[in-house]
Amino acid sequence: MNTELNLAAPDDFYDELIGLHRDLTETQSALVNAKLILLLANHVGDADVLRAAMAAAREDLPQ
Amino acid sequence: MKTYTNPVYEYHRPPELDGAARHCGVVIVGAGPVGLAAAIDLAQRDIPVLVLDDDDTVSVGSRAICYAKRTLEILDRLGCGEAIAKRGVSWSVGKVFHGDRLTYQFDLLPEPGHHRPAFINLQQYHFEECMVQRARSLPAAELRWKHRVVDVTCNDSQVQLRVATADGEYALTCDWLIVCDGARSPVRHMLGLDTEGQVFRDRFLIADIHMTSDFPTERWFWFDPPFHRNQSVLLHRQADNVWRVDFQLGWDADPEVEKRPENILPRLHAMLGPDVDFEIEWASVYTFQCRRMQKFRHGRVLFAGDAAHLVSPFGARGANSGIQDADNLAWKLEMVVRGHAPDALLDTYNTERVAAADENIVNSTRATDFITPKSAASRTFRDAVLALARHHPFARKLVNSGRLSVPKILVDSSLNTPDAMVASEADHERFSGPMVPGAPAADAPVSGPQGEWLLQHLGGGFDLLVFGDGVTGDQARAMASDPIPCRLVQVGGGMPAAGILIHDNEGLVAARYDGRTGTCYLLRPDQHVCARWRYFDADVVRGAIARATGCTERTTQWTH
Repeated sequence: MNTELNLAAPDDFYDELIGLHRDLTETQSALVNAKLILLLANHVGDADVLRAAMAAAREDLPQ
Repeated sequence: MKTYTNPVYEYHRPPELDGAARHCGVVIVGAGPVGLAAAIDLAQRDIPVLVLDDDDTVSVGSRAICYAKRTLEILDRLGCGEAIAKRGVSWSVGKVFHGDRLTYQFDLLPEPGHHRPAFINLQQYHFEECMVQRARSLPAAELRWKHRVVDVTCNDSQVQLRVATADGEYALTCDWLIVCDGARSPVRHMLGLDTEGQVFRDRFLIADIHMTSDFPTERWFWFDPPFHRNQSVLLHRQADNVWRVDFQLGWDADPEVEKRPENILPRLHAMLGPDVDFEIEWASVYTFQCRRMQKFRHGRVLFAGDAAHLVSPFGARGANSGIQDADNLAWKLEMVVRGHAPDALLDTYNTERVAAADENIVNSTRATDFITPKSAASRTFRDAVLALARHHPFARKLVNSGRLSVPKILVDSSLNTPDAMVASEADHERFSGPMVPGAPAADAPVSGPQGEWLLQHLGGGFDLLVFGDGVTGDQARAMASDPIPCRLVQVGGGMPAAGILIHDNEGLVAARYDGRTGTCYLLRPDQHVCARWRYFDADVVRGAIARATGCTERTTQWTH
C-alpha cells in the first residue's frame, strides 16, 4: 500500500471530499462514504492492499 | 392442506417385544431425507438396515423446498431421481430486487449438456414420499414407524438402543448407528453431545400458499420492497401451484401472533395485490442458527444432516448437504462392514463432511449478515451495495441473498491421490479445468448402455473413466475382479473386453474432463474424482484405490 503522497492536488481533493457531504444528513453521509469505499475498493482490486488499508484505518482509534 | 394429505405408514408390533433378540449391522434413526438416503444407499449395497422413526408419516408441512443438481444426481444413483425430478419444478434463474427495481439476476446453470437442472423446488413431503417408496422396494431396508429411540449407550464393540412403541419398550443392539434425527436430535442429547455456533437474532415467517399465478419459475428476492418496508421477502414456486413466501420480520416479532392467518393475510395481499386468490397451506415462524457438532463420528455412532450441522435456509444448504453426507458415508460404511477397508476410513467421513459443513456455514453466515445486518455500519454497507448494484456491475456480485448450494470439492481429502508432478517440458500433460481430485464428477451427454448421460454410467463402486483404448482386456478383467473392484468405463474406441463403452458424441466429456486418448480418471463410489492420469498404469490405479479406501498411507506420486 502506497502511503506516500499520491494526489496531485491534496487540498483540492480534501475540499471536494468535504464538499461531497455538504447538506447531507448523517445517514446520507454514511451511505455516501460506504459507496465511496466500495467503488474505490473495487478499483484497487488488490486484496493485500485492501487488507493493509483496512488495518491502517483501524489504528489509533480514540477510546 | 388443500394440495396434500400426509400418508400414514403402518406401525407394526416388533417381534422383540415377544422375546426375540435382535442384533443389527446398521440402524438408522430418523426417516427424513437424510436417513432415507443413507438407508437406500446401504440397502442397494445389500447391507441390511433398520430404520427407526418416531412418527408414521412424512414431513408435516413443507420445510426444505430447494433441491440442488448434485442432490438429484445422488438420487439418480439411489434410484429415485427421476420420480423426484418429475414431481418438482425446475429453475436456474434468480432475481434480486431492491425496492421495486430489479438489481441483479443470476443463472445457476448457464450451459446446456446436463441431465439435471440447477435446482428443483419440491415440497419436502413429496420428496420424502418418493424416497420412502424407493426404500420400501429394497428387501435389505426395514422401516419401522412409531418406534422412538429413548436410550442409547455405546462401547467399542456395539451400540445398545432402547426403543419405545405403543406396545412397550424393547432393546436392540447394532454395530453401527447412523443418527439422522434432525436439528433437535434427541439421540445427540442422549449421548451428551452438543453443537457449537451462533444463533441469529431475526425471525422469518414462512407461508406456503396455493394460487394460480403468472409469476415465472424463478427465485425472487426483495430487499426493502414497497409491500414490506425495511425487511426482505423471498418468493419461490413449488409443485402443485404451491408458492413459498418468506417474510423477514425482525427479532421483536411475536411468533405466535405472526402465525395467525388474520396477520398473514394482509402481508400477502400487500405483496400479491388485493385481487389475487390464494389459500394458505401452511405457515410457520422460524429463527435460525449456524452451528455444527465438533465431530460427526463418535466411535460406532455417525451423525448426518441437521443432527450434525445447521445452517440458515438462505442458500438451500441444509437438506442438500445432508444428502451429500449420506452419499459420502454409505460406501465407506459398506467397505468397513465387509472388511475391505479399515475402520479409519470412517474418520474421513468426519473430515470430509466437517469441511463441507464449514463451507456451508461460512456461506450461510455471510448471506445472513447481508440479509440481517448486525450493526449500523453493516446495514449502511448493505444499503450501499444495493444502491450501487443498480448501475455498477461489480456491486451485483456483492449482493448476497443466499449463495445457493453447490457440492463441496474435497480438495484436501487424504483419500485423493494428488496429480503427478509434471516436468516443465511436459506441460501438455498437465490437467486444466475443474475436475480436480476431490471434485464431484461433472455430467455430460453420452450414449451408452445405461442411458444418455455420463453420470448414469458412474458410481456405486469405483470406476475408471478412460479416454480411448488404453486398457487391455486382461487388465480390465483383473481390475473388475479385485477385492475392491474397479469397473472400466471407456470413452470411445473399441468395445472393451470388460467394463462398458460410452460415446462422447458432443465432445463434452473430453471438454469437461480435459480428456484425450490415454487420460484416466478414478472415481469413488460417490462419483467424486480421487485421482487422474494421462497414462493408464494398473499398479498406480490400484495404489490410488488403496489410498481412497484408507488401506494405505502411501502417497502415490511419480513423474513421467
